[in-house]
Amino acid sequence: MSSGLKTALPVIVFLLIGFAAPLLAVIGFSFMPPRTFTLDGEPTFENYVTIYDSTTYISLLWSLGLAAATVVILILICYPVAYGMVRVFGRWSSLVTILFVVPLFVSENVRLYGWLLFFIKNGVLLGTIKAFFDVDLESVLFTRGIILFGMVYVYLPFMLFPMTLGMSMVPNETREAALDLGASRWQVFREVELPLSMPGMVIGCLLTFVLAVGAIAEAKVLGGQQVIPIAHDIEIAFTYAQNWPLGAALSVLLMVVVATLVLLALRRFDLDRFLGRR
Amino acid sequence: MQTRAERVRHALIVVWTIAMVIFVYLPSVCITLASLTSSRYFLFPIKRWGFDWWTKTLDSIQIHQILETSILIAAAVTVIAVVLAFFGALAFARYDWRGRSWYQKAILLPIFFPQSVLGLALLLWFNALGLSLSWQTAVFAHLVWVVPVATLVIAIQVYSFDPALEEAAYDLGASRLQVLREVTLPVLLPGIFSGSLFAFLLSWGNFPLSLFTTGADTTVPEYLYAKMVAGYTPGVPVLGTISTIGAITLLLGGLLVMVFLNRRRRDGAG
Repeated sequence: MSSGLKTALPVIVFLLIGFAAPLLAVIGFSFMPPRTFTLDGEPTFENYVTIYDSTTYISLLWSLGLAAATVVILILICYPVAYGMVRVFGRWSSLVTILFVVPLFVSENVRLYGWLLFFIKNGVLLGTIKAFFDVDLESVLFTRGIILFGMVYVYLPFMLFPMTLGMSMVPNETREAALDLGASRWQVFREVELPLSMPGMVIGCLLTFVLAVGAIAEAKVLGGQQVIPIAHDIEIAFTYAQNWPLGAALSVLLMVVVATLVLLALRRFDLDRFLGRR
Repeated sequence: MQTRAERVRHALIVVWTIAMVIFVYLPSVCITLASLTSSRYFLFPIKRWGFDWWTKTLDSIQIHQILETSILIAAAVTVIAVVLAFFGALAFARYDWRGRSWYQKAILLPIFFPQSVLGLALLLWFNALGLSLSWQTAVFAHLVWVVPVATLVIAIQVYSFDPALEEAAYDLGASRLQVLREVTLPVLLPGIFSGSLFAFLLSWGNFPLSLFTTGADTTVPEYLYAKMVAGYTPGVPVLGTISTIGAITLLLGGLLVMVFLNRRRRDGAG
């Protein structure tokens, strides 16, 4: 056995038990009769038929749509920051990095709760407006827009860091050479910066999209259930409805979407180049 | 030389980044403000400031238990994750072996996966195995997500590690264990340290995995979520602030240690 395989073995075994097996359990459960709690029932397609006949596709479409919108907005707002971290801030960029890392370690529902206090009637924003201008404005909470806002907020670091990593892979000399040879700024962006930083972009988009498809807290804390995301449907099936097989079938649906995207994107990806080996 | 247009663009980027930092921290500021209110409900501008809810929350035995559970889980996750991730990172970045690129991608899969679904999958799996849920199952659930992240963090350090150092030690007659203890571990120490920092903090802040796997034990994020859904309780902003300050303190303390480690290493080399 090679040294590589030997050192990899503990993690491989752990992921087989902790990741692969649970996913197989989900797939197994999705073929069990409704409202059962063991894996030894007679296999059936009933849960998938139930999903096909129901309006679940609305939740799935909302989740996919909101996730896609989150990705697009995050590309736009993160690009200048990532550019700054690589080319403008110099030695300050490690401070900026730390500032954006900290929120990752505070659970998302706590931070979303902070936005609730900000936007709520008589909260930080509306209370201040009222005190200064004496006008009562409607709160933007419990709308669809605020759910998207919350998602953009929560997933920002997941776009920013891969994007920065990708952009730092563009050698400055290449950019300058292109500029010296008479390329316009737009040409440099399109022909040099964008293609060379693509791996980081792809990882950032993929990570944000996948995490955002499974988002649930934003709709619950800020959205007042204006939108029911697919993850919420799944949770209801597991908790209130006590219908594990149905929840498992819904999870399989989500897993198929996620797995297709991830496997397609990662197929031709060179992690050594991305993470530091030259 | 910078042109005028370039200076303007850089200034705009700086302004935009500052705006984003404010955006990122605004909710934490709101929570801290709310925790410093003495009244039963949060009304802004705050009329009665005070630490009343802080003392009430800190005196509560239930809160102590919840903090203990969270710290216990995070500590257990850190120790196990770092051991697994250390070897995992060597396989990821140090050795060339046949299944390597396949292995590298497999490691990423748990990170690229909706966590709420992962939590439920683990719930089903524990149930199928006949395990009862407690803080131990939560440790296992956190590990599924934390081990891959810690592996990547340590792997980044391993990439900059020169394998010739190990080979030189072998040539000089060191045993396998000696090489590990005297060469590999010290050189990779900064990576191992930041890996454990990540492991602890990610476990500390995790909610979706805990929600389905802790059973009767409760972690801080879970407790906060339950209270949030139930309506406004002044204890929520207090505990939320504690959770945030705890994370920031640990991170800054960790960074100081990192600076120290790096400096010592540079002095040793020079």
